[in-house]
Amino acid sequence: MSASLASVSYIAATILFILSLGGLSNPETARRGNLYGIIGMAIAVLATIFGPRVTMAGIPWIVGTMVVGGAIGLYAARTVQMTQMPELVALMHSLVGLAACLVGYASYVDTSIQFTGAEKAIHEIEIYIGILIGAVTFSGSVIAFGKLSGKISGKPLLLPARHWINLVLLLLVIWYGREFVNAHSIAAGYLPLAVMTVIALLFGIHMVMAIGGADMPVVVSMLNSYSGWAAAATGFMLSNDLLIVTGALVGSSGAILSYIMCRAMNRNFISVIAGGFGTGGGTAPAAGAQPAGEVTPVSSIETAELLREAKSVIIVPGYGMAVAQAQHTVYEITKLLREKGVNVRFGIHPVAGRMPGHMNVLLAEAKVPYDIVLEMDELNDDFPATDVAMVIGANDIVNPSAQDDPGSPIAGMPVLEVWKAKTSIVMKRSMASGYAGVDNPLFYKDNNRMLFGDAKKMLDEVLVALKS
Amino acid sequence: MSLLIGVPKEVFPGERRVATVPEVVEKLIKQGFRVAVETGAGDTASISDDAYRAAGAEIVADRAALWATSDIVFKVRSPNSEEVGLLREGGTVVSFIWPAQNPELLQQLAARKATVLAMDSVPRISRAQKLDALSSMSNIAGYRAVVEAAHEFGRFFAGSITAAGKVPPAKVFVIGAGVAGLAAIGTAANLGAIVRANDTRSEVADQVKSMGGEFVPVDYVEEGAGVGGYAKVMSEGFQKAQREVFAKQAREVDIIITTALIPGKPAPKLITEEMVRSMKQGSVIVDMAAEQGGNCELTEPGKVVVRHGVTIVGHKDLPSRLSKQASTLYATNLFRLMEDMVKTKSVTPEGVIDVDMDDEVLRGTTVVKAGSVTWPPPAPKLSAAPPQAAKPAAVPVAKKSASGHGGGGEQMPAKSLAILFGVGALLFAFVGAYAPASFLSHFTVFVLACFVGYMVIWNVTPALHTPLMSVTNAISSIIAIGALVQIAPPLAGAGADRPDGWILGLAAVGLVLTAINMFGGFAVTRRMLAMFRK
Repeated sequence: MSASLASVSYIAATILFILSLGGLSNPETARRGNLYGIIGMAIAVLATIFGPRVTMAGIPWIVGTMVVGGAIGLYAARTVQMTQMPELVALMHSLVGLAACLVGYASYVDTSIQFTGAEKAIHEIEIYIGILIGAVTFSGSVIAFGKLSGKISGKPLLLPARHWINLVLLLLVIWYGREFVNAHSIAAGYLPLAVMTVIALLFGIHMVMAIGGADMPVVVSMLNSYSGWAAAATGFMLSNDLLIVTGALVGSSGAILSYIMCRAMNRNFISVIAGGFGTGGGTAPAAGAQPAGEVTPVSSIETAELLREAKSVIIVPGYGMAVAQAQHTVYEITKLLREKGVNVRFGIHPVAGRMPGHMNVLLAEAKVPYDIVLEMDELNDDFPATDVAMVIGANDIVNPSAQDDPGSPIAGMPVLEVWKAKTSIVMKRSMASGYAGVDNPLFYKDNNRMLFGDAKKMLDEVLVALKS
Repeated sequence: MSLLIGVPKEVFPGERRVATVPEVVEKLIKQGFRVAVETGAGDTASISDDAYRAAGAEIVADRAALWATSDIVFKVRSPNSEEVGLLREGGTVVSFIWPAQNPELLQQLAARKATVLAMDSVPRISRAQKLDALSSMSNIAGYRAVVEAAHEFGRFFAGSITAAGKVPPAKVFVIGAGVAGLAAIGTAANLGAIVRANDTRSEVADQVKSMGGEFVPVDYVEEGAGVGGYAKVMSEGFQKAQREVFAKQAREVDIIITTALIPGKPAPKLITEEMVRSMKQGSVIVDMAAEQGGNCELTEPGKVVVRHGVTIVGHKDLPSRLSKQASTLYATNLFRLMEDMVKTKSVTPEGVIDVDMDDEVLRGTTVVKAGSVTWPPPAPKLSAAPPQAAKPAAVPVAKKSASGHGGGGEQMPAKSLAILFGVGALLFAFVGAYAPASFLSHFTVFVLACFVGYMVIWNVTPALHTPLMSVTNAISSIIAIGALVQIAPPLAGAGADRPDGWILGLAAVGLVLTAINMFGGFAVTRRMLAMFRK
């Protein structure tokens, strides 16, 4: 295959990737979008293998590694639980990060491509940055994976003077970058490169450790963005436009997702990344009004009563539903109620769960039709006309103090106004506060009922009561 | 000395409500106020003096003394000129005022250096719903309108088959689906009637349905939502189409309940004499707009009349006819207002009353502050139902705001935008000055791709964010290309000391990792997307 043909194939692959992302704009075209992505990737890989930069000697290696990796990947994709999606995605980001590091090192030790002057400096900076981003992505994603899968505590780890630590690390990285570019021989460059890699790994760990569990949607999408930038940096390193374009597409997509998630929490992107909840000025949760009054617990049978008598129901799922794997039972209840003519809808907060769109995927897995799964803005005005709003394992996203109490750490965050429904039912294991550590006045409202217990168990009981 | 809230007996003829109830008196006292109630104030709402006393209120027999000693006076109806005369210089009044209709009252109150909070001027924003007395009263009025109609109507509402024969269900047509209209729809539907409703604002169709009614549209395209969720005056063409719909309904239904009001204007005449004549004998019209002149041409405000065999109810005091309920809800609204006042330090325990005019709700409610008229307030920032939300497909920006991103990055404040552009310009200048040509061509591609990504991603629906992430993740396995070109490149023989083994090893490991990602990512996305179904 000639060089020109390879380039044209790359252009085709680029277009297919853009179509792929565009296809995801709605569920009907999304499957085709994924297909475009697969075709694009196939074209890109084949064009490279049969292109001028790969000789026949490499084919056995390529086939071997692809088969091994592909088999692992397909196996993982087949066996993963939908509730584990955030973990899987985080883990996969770490793979891209690590691959970017390896390619960066390989490119550095490769002497077959010689540059001089400014081009050499730029090439080395590209390598340096590529490895840097790759390493941060790798270690950050591994920690994110640990936090999401519960292997590491979800609580933010806040080292004293952590902003200074980050600053010092950054300065060190820049200093060693200088050393690296000024290194005369390849051997002399190893030390700065290795030190920087270690620093970058530490930085990635530190960054994600400092971020609380509720901010995970931001982190996951941010790491997604990083893995894109790592690919783009590799593209610069290897002078490969396809890598640059694709990396930039992925990078900006992740960045936008992070931005959307931050807006959904009314938080500044920087303050999320800097870590810790409530450290960015909202240090006075005690100043906020303490909710007073009594909570009204209900039994699952009474809940079933309320649901049966309702004409319109909105279900607000949160992370608790994912943890309890309750989505199938939720759908059973939904189906039963819909058969009785009850208007059941789902209200999804943008940051419900641990990654963007987490709830949508879980509900889709349980076969809930996507046209009754609505966004916060689509149904927030409908709560006053709703008989029962059922909150399943969510807390901060339905906290009225975000609107009422300017002293609350989550003040100004858009929330689902479940308390405006005639009755709201909150399913929770205990009275513990959410990730934000803010007490929720919703629980004390006159029209609110608390259904304590594991979401799955309680919902099963409700389902039985509904059927009888 | 804590502030004294005075509640006089209402003097307006036929007014049965009272501005506070014992339950609320207790809460007010808990907030640190003292409460004095004029003797007999609650009689018409079935609340005895003893009940107030038991709640902690002081019962005052002398009207003039009550007015003179109260720091804050709670009332239902706007004070008449005699009451204004009794008001203490610099006192505070909380009441319905209707500032647009009563400019001279405002002047009188201002002359007394009073502070006046008008419960009819509470801004219609989400935060203020708890003190929206208009809504509470409308809700009651809507209920009562149906009860009045049932009283005048000679048949059951619900249809049934009895041993004595078949009873057809009553058909009710409600014009205007605001709070009152919706309450009427719900009440009539609960009684078993077939309920239809019409409103110029087409977005309320779902609300009508949720209350158990059927929405009767007017086939004429014009959006009727004005500022603050109220209706506006419609065009000639629309009105004609609307009259045809109403005429048809008038022939079919047994009961018409009209609630059509336009703020600051006389009520629109929607039911003509012709339509009344076409109705069945024994039908009932309840004109809830009677106070503003009525929606029916034959309505006589304040009276019940029979015209062409149709009973037309023109009561102006529907909420007052449910005096205890109305008093309780109104009193609670007033209590919420006081809560807000305390929270914003508009009233302090030391007895200072200084309304916080930066608070949007209090600003809108206050029509006279310490003797200066502050009505009308600046336009509210938020409408209860933004007009754009109703037609998301009109312009691309509106579409985005409907899809949950609130217009995206476009609405960035000018300052930060300027900073962003400044930083960008510096960066570009730096790159342009130092970078070699070969780098620049890649750089161009990179920047353009960022923008393409930006444009494409904004259109992704939030429901698909997880698949989006996993597909972008799969696509980022494109880094495999990097590993591929390193595995076995055609060597020109120049790099004799190339450590082939190392590179091969690194590249091979990289390739395994990316292959996991590539196959796994696409496969899992596929699995996820297959689950999304209608």
